[in-house]
Amino acid sequence: MTPIGWAQIALVLALVALTAWPLGRYIASVLAGAPTPLGRLLGPAERGCYRLAGIDPGRGMSWKAYAFALLMINAAHFLLLYAMLRLQFYLPLNPQGMAGLSPPLAFNTAMSFVTNTNWQAYAGEGALSYGSQMWGLTVHNFLSAATGIAAAAAVARGFAGGGLKQLGNFWADLTRITLYVLLPASLVLAVFYIARGIPMTLSAYVDATTLEGAKQTIALGPVAFQEAIKLLGTNGGGFFNANSAHPFENPDAWTNIVELWSIVAIPFALTVTFGRIVGDARQGWALFAVMGILILAAIGVVYWAEAGGNPLLTALGVDPALGNMEGKEVRFGIPMSALFVALTTGTSCGAVNAMHDSLMPIGGLVPMFLIQLGEILPGGVGSGLYGIVVYALIAVFVAGLMVGRTPEYLGKKIQAKEVKLAMLAVLILTFSILGGAGLSVALPVATASLANAGPHGLSEMLYAWTSATGNNGSAFAGITADTPYLDIGLGIAMLLGRFAFLVPVLAIAGSLGGKVKLAGGAGTFPTHGPLFIGLLIGVILIMGGLQFFPALSLGPIAEQVTLLACKTY
Amino acid sequence: MDATTPRAGRTTALRADQISLFDRRIALRAIGDAIVKLNPARLMRNPVIFVTEIVSALVSFVALRNLATGQAFAFPLTIAAWLWLTVLFATFAEAVAEGRGRARAESLRRARTDTLAKRLVRAGDRSSYQPVAATALGVGDIVLVEAGDLVPSDGEVIEGVASVNESAITGESAPVIRESGGDRSAVTGGTTVVSDWLVVRITAASGSTFIDRMIRLVEGAERRKTPNEIALDILLAGLTIIFLIAVVALEPMAAYSGSVLGVPVLAALLVTLIPTTIGGLLSAIGIAGMDRLVRFNVLATSGRAVEAAGDVDTLLLDKTGTITFGNRMAAAFVPAPGIDERELTEAAVLASLGDETPEGRSILSFARDRFGIVAEPPAGAAVVAFSATTRLSGLDAGERSWRKGAVDAVLATIRLAAPPVGFSQSVDRMARAGSTPLAVAAGGRLMGAIELKDIVKPGIRDRFAALRRMGIRTVMVTGDNRITAAAIATEAGVDDFIAEATPQDKLDYIRKTQAEGRLVAMCGDGTNDAPALAQADVGVAMQTGTQAAREAGNMVDLDSDPTKLIEIVEIGKQLLITRGSLTTFSIANDVSKYFAILPAIFIAAYPELGAMNVMHLATPQSAILSAVIFNALIIVALVPLALRGVKFVPVGAAALLRRNLLIYGLGGIIAPFIGIKLIDLLLTLLGLT
Repeated sequence: MTPIGWAQIALVLALVALTAWPLGRYIASVLAGAPTPLGRLLGPAERGCYRLAGIDPGRGMSWKAYAFALLMINAAHFLLLYAMLRLQFYLPLNPQGMAGLSPPLAFNTAMSFVTNTNWQAYAGEGALSYGSQMWGLTVHNFLSAATGIAAAAAVARGFAGGGLKQLGNFWADLTRITLYVLLPASLVLAVFYIARGIPMTLSAYVDATTLEGAKQTIALGPVAFQEAIKLLGTNGGGFFNANSAHPFENPDAWTNIVELWSIVAIPFALTVTFGRIVGDARQGWALFAVMGILILAAIGVVYWAEAGGNPLLTALGVDPALGNMEGKEVRFGIPMSALFVALTTGTSCGAVNAMHDSLMPIGGLVPMFLIQLGEILPGGVGSGLYGIVVYALIAVFVAGLMVGRTPEYLGKKIQAKEVKLAMLAVLILTFSILGGAGLSVALPVATASLANAGPHGLSEMLYAWTSATGNNGSAFAGITADTPYLDIGLGIAMLLGRFAFLVPVLAIAGSLGGKVKLAGGAGTFPTHGPLFIGLLIGVILIMGGLQFFPALSLGPIAEQVTLLACKTY
Repeated sequence: MDATTPRAGRTTALRADQISLFDRRIALRAIGDAIVKLNPARLMRNPVIFVTEIVSALVSFVALRNLATGQAFAFPLTIAAWLWLTVLFATFAEAVAEGRGRARAESLRRARTDTLAKRLVRAGDRSSYQPVAATALGVGDIVLVEAGDLVPSDGEVIEGVASVNESAITGESAPVIRESGGDRSAVTGGTTVVSDWLVVRITAASGSTFIDRMIRLVEGAERRKTPNEIALDILLAGLTIIFLIAVVALEPMAAYSGSVLGVPVLAALLVTLIPTTIGGLLSAIGIAGMDRLVRFNVLATSGRAVEAAGDVDTLLLDKTGTITFGNRMAAAFVPAPGIDERELTEAAVLASLGDETPEGRSILSFARDRFGIVAEPPAGAAVVAFSATTRLSGLDAGERSWRKGAVDAVLATIRLAAPPVGFSQSVDRMARAGSTPLAVAAGGRLMGAIELKDIVKPGIRDRFAALRRMGIRTVMVTGDNRITAAAIATEAGVDDFIAEATPQDKLDYIRKTQAEGRLVAMCGDGTNDAPALAQADVGVAMQTGTQAAREAGNMVDLDSDPTKLIEIVEIGKQLLITRGSLTTFSIANDVSKYFAILPAIFIAAYPELGAMNVMHLATPQSAILSAVIFNALIIVALVPLALRGVKFVPVGAAALLRRNLLIYGLGGIIAPFIGIKLIDLLLTLLGLT
């Protein structure tokens, strides 16, 4: 670890912290339908959308109606995307003549992009047409991101007042977020990426002759715009297989800094939005602090693990000061790769600029653990916020009793119904991750996919189920993902991780919204300030993370201790 | 409101038996009950312990199978034994809590004897009645109760006045008056009429009387899970399922890694991870909370009410009897110009010798306490007694005479038309502050004024300050005018007051406060308090109150002491705090279990994981066993805390949370590291590993 390395990390994080406040407030105004400068410009477009679809943006929806609308549009889009991927050969914009995907792969990919996971069991440049990339994947990068933010807004509104019957209008939320936040920001970012040399073209791949005289096909495509929303919407599905390690996705240090910023900008900003909506900025900052402290610790551990080098190579005479450069891009170096590892898994992004399979065991444990905690540090756009609110509810419920009152969070009493729904949400994550990985290592059909033996093999399988369930989409690699078993199994894991978590959370919001908002006072549990921040950190680690500890001890921890004993598999 | 002054130092039927935490009779019976409670059908109500029982049975089966097939059985058998003990300790905790309640119920049951009731043949005609067994009485029957009779069931007096000994339920042996109409018309079954007679309309059928309800409550027979308990149960069940998934999924992962984990090891891991500590103590905490309230001579109609008491953040307190003593007492001597205070005091004392009213006596005691002046009437003095017509009292000794009384009456006596300005100002100030001024004259000369005021109880201001720190607002309810009320409110340090309060005002105030998102507690005794009692989140009716009030409230105070509202809130808070603290402790315990068990069970596959054995436990088997033993013993160790309740300190929520998080959160992480290590040392020392 070097001071200059930390300075680079600090630069990115400072950018994130600086933009969180204005961006969060802006998103809050957009969600409230308040006038914004962009609103004057794009207002006709917004109203045109409503008129076209026959929607009254002012009509509130109950949590059930909200959840129903959310599920229906996502289901429709899943079917649409599935069809598009199967039929891409017959669709326009396919200069390379890519064939349609197999049914399991199309299922997996459609599910992956609808759930904001963007797990890629295919190689982008080798399997998908420009058309599939543009109106298939890119469109869903917007839809899934906007869905997440809309759900977070609905949850925040549940805390805003007392006796609420409605959580807002899903269609209006979806339209406003896309039109006023995601689209304009993506446009600006795309222009920047194009300026830095990222391709944006519909022309076919280029055949080149290398200096050695070999023939090489250089894949191109409309990359820049997809790159922008890939990170901004914490989607993470790369245009190319190598994702942000590919020079056409992430050519230099500047694009890397902007990509890092755009992964966490909205998730952190949404804490500010939350504070605005619930009418107490401090509540948002407390969540911001919890996310910040834990992700900072994670960054530190990855950086430390990677900067220390591989003891096996050190024993062979390699200078440990170089760190573990296996699977990393020289143009980013260890600190900016470590930062990318932590941020892409702390959010549900899953884009990579270094290969996670090549991280040191502890360096690989961190991303896995970050996803297992439920993608809340700071989590995916929207999903991170409503995820951490679930933990805040559990924390308040457990410890809140210790002040001698029925626990309440933001003036809302937490009772049997909310506890039931919150536990259900947390349970689904554990069930899908540990159940899926446990079942898979027992099945030869699944273990055949593993490239490595020993604890690293277990880590690969655990990571795959973790990534799918957490809707992260990053791969540990070293696993052949495109098999019918894994395509379908992981597809179901993504579905559970997204919607089986989201629906109970919306139900919590509906239930809390209807309750009286109690006045706070000296006798109520303070949910801001260092005490609550420490408590929430403890609850996230103990109640959200401990159940994964036995599995992790057999994977990365065992690998680390055996590595230190110079044992390999 | 009467009978409101707190009566300290008396024993009551319920409070008399201070049951020690582990009374031998109770403990012995609890052991038996604990075994009966192992019945899975009953244990199913408690998901955590139910899972533990199933796992214990499974491990026992494995141990017996190993025994039969000649495989190693000592280790599984030991694990099985300790797992069964874990379950037993949990059922024992509940049995002890119930046993303590049962002991209290026995003293109540003595009051419920079979008596013959005198049922009137015709209502309104006392002359003819027929004897009917008390148990056969129905609601609406009219009975006659004469001196020496037991009141056969709960009822409303419709005719007559009598003194009734209610010691059977309140422990107070001094008889109280019960009469038809007004606020003292309720009689309770099991109490005794000691003089005169009453005609009573029965309001409760046999088996549902007040005493019956009390018995069932303290025995825990009618115990339903309270809302918060249900929520906590769900959390614990959720955690249990999560850990069940984690442990089941671990088996194939371990197999993949090349180590075979047997049932006993997985069972040990599961049981130490699921929250058995709080799961085992949860119902004991609830029963003990109710028991604490009963010991305090307050009966709650449900556990829900006790929980609500913890949530209350606004207390409606009647001024009289709660905040003030209720009668006007001398509070200051203000001499007229040119008179010194001592002269005035002496004059006031002499003038009050003939005043037998409480006000008059308060002047004497105030003078004694303040100046050490004890009345010595001059020889041959003649007392002029206080009378309502003269509105003054005094003393005549020859030429000398002393007078004290209403200001205008005294001024008229001494024929002083224009009193000194200083005197008039003092008198006006007293009136404005809600006090009653009296004038004192000696030998025809105006000596000064005595201020009589409704004295605020000593220490009440500090209690209100403590409540405020806990986030609880106090509101004084009084029939006084605004000026008087404001003065007393300021002196007592309440946050708000309702002056010239009518029952409707109280109701409106409660509704308004609740609409602001607050929970309100109040106490009352009259029939006209009933709507407000029912509207309040916690309504404490006085035992001396009417049947209507007792039905409307969700608690009854047997001592009829309205100040208790404060303690009731504290008991409610203590119940929730105990639950929260032990939950936090139980969950925090998990951290250590991983460090004890994981390296031990993976030692075959990855010996290097021994680095995680931070406690340096002797052998893998002793490590697992130590964790299981600690997990079982901690339940017994915490039974006293569960029964007694976590200490409650009236400070703000933030300070309380910091304190309890430190003790039960951080302590919960650290304590098992020490405990498991000690057990491991002991096992090694005894050569049991």
